Amino acid sequence: MNIYDTLIIGAGMSGLAAGIRLAMFDQKVCILERHKVPGGLNSYYERKGRKLDVGLHAMTNFARRGERGRPLTKLLKQLRIPYEKLELSQQNFSKILFPDNSISFSNDPQLLIEEIERNFPQQKDNFARLLKLVTDFDDVNLNNKQQSAKKKVREIISDERLLEMIFCPLLIYGSAWENDMDFSQFVIMFKSIYLEGFSRPKNGVRTIINLLLEKFTQLGGELRLGTGVKTIDVEKGAVAGVTLDSGEKIQSSRILSSIGLPETMSIVSEGRESAVVGNMSFTETILFFDKKPGDKEIKETIIFYNENDKYDYKRPQTLYDYRSAVICFPNNFVCDDYEEGIIRVTFIANSEKWNELDKKTYLQNKQEVRDKALALVARLFPEFQANLLYHDVFTPITITRFTGHFDGAVYGTTQKARDGRTGIKNLFICGTDQGFLGIVGAMLSGISMANLHCLMKGEKA
Amino acid sequence: MDEKAVRQKIIDIIAEIAIDEDLSNLDDNVKLRDQLDLDSMDFLDVVMELKKRYKIEVPTEDYPKLATLKSCIEYLGPSFH
Repeated sequence: MNIYDTLIIGAGMSGLAAGIRLAMFDQKVCILERHKVPGGLNSYYERKGRKLDVGLHAMTNFARRGERGRPLTKLLKQLRIPYEKLELSQQNFSKILFPDNSISFSNDPQLLIEEIERNFPQQKDNFARLLKLVTDFDDVNLNNKQQSAKKKVREIISDERLLEMIFCPLLIYGSAWENDMDFSQFVIMFKSIYLEGFSRPKNGVRTIINLLLEKFTQLGGELRLGTGVKTIDVEKGAVAGVTLDSGEKIQSSRILSSIGLPETMSIVSEGRESAVVGNMSFTETILFFDKKPGDKEIKETIIFYNENDKYDYKRPQTLYDYRSAVICFPNNFVCDDYEEGIIRVTFIANSEKWNELDKKTYLQNKQEVRDKALALVARLFPEFQANLLYHDVFTPITITRFTGHFDGAVYGTTQKARDGRTGIKNLFICGTDQGFLGIVGAMLSGISMANLHCLMKGEKA
Repeated sequence: MDEKAVRQKIIDIIAEIAIDEDLSNLDDNVKLRDQLDLDSMDFLDVVMELKKRYKIEVPTEDYPKLATLKSCIEYLGPSFH
């Protein structure tokens, strides 16, 4: 029987990054992935010759080559992947679109500062104070206490309309909480979106996943796709190994799980109290057109749209909430990889409601999601007259099926395990439920949990 | 092993860790941290590479001895045979 130093559950960004670190320092490591394709929450698929990405609208945390102190630079260094390999292409600019105001931002924070000054002149100094608070805050400290970001930001920004606009992209791009987020997470997101910004690797998320896979296997790591873990076997309070869906047992003295905290605890053999499952799930419609939005002077990369002054980021009472949306234009990065025009529209959704539907109503509602997405695009951009060539819609059900996240909860539990500990000896968490966010955050999470729990103390088991 | 060879071995390790950095003009007397974008995570890598390549163990309390190239050479020199 094989005995491993560390087993990693899940071949998403965090699991792969952790695997690279361990294989780099000669641990015997195996990544177990239930799905046939790696990537987890950020994956890809192909339909009718078209390449589709899930998860990734854009990569946050843009950094130029060698730019110091940036999370992206840090993680590339830790993984020993050269910057050039990502072939990053920057966004044009993005926009927060509310009824009476719009704020544009790009990878140059100056634009955001000017836009806020233009729209909210009285908040100019307050925003400068917020910027200072954010820049000075040690957001990745694993010992930070949880606190409400809205409460803290409200002490500085006195105009609620501006506060709602600032929070909108940060919430929908990473918050497991409804209508608020932990202040550390707010700072991580603020820096990654407003101060560093969006870019896209050439050919999208595939490029990152392939780079990680290549590195991991070069270093001698083992990856088993289509290999689900049925139970994490615990003996006398410590990890002993896993039992696979097939019944096969694998021994390991240490496990790093990237599948989510409640999801991990639910397969631990000795019963444990589980973490709360998050409420936030989404639908996404991917639309392919015979024209590109850029041809009609639509240059935005991502639009964060909201119909009201208040942004209602919470599980809706209905299947989905089309009063707000994220609209992504993958063509609108400096380099455009696509032949066709693409628009992606994300709505907040209620996974419970989707779960109650029978097959026929489910399919009908997927069509309606598409129609609402098309209607929103038509309303915001009446000049964009194009024929729909192909579309696909994913729902909370799809998310659960392909990622294993309970309730399609994309951002995981509301109770993050920031230090990665689970209460079970030698069972650690990385990824979404450790609490670093986005693709860059996920990889950093894998790296830091591997360093902390698998390399620094125990070293080779 | 002479100082020059030890210096080269240390540079080789740093080159693998700081792949995007230019190492041709390093000053032996200035802290590596001040010349390169290296944080504590990266110093951990230096320590682990020393162990992996040369079986040299650096206890945590000795990490400050790796601050400059000069101090690295002084501290690690005797361990290279």
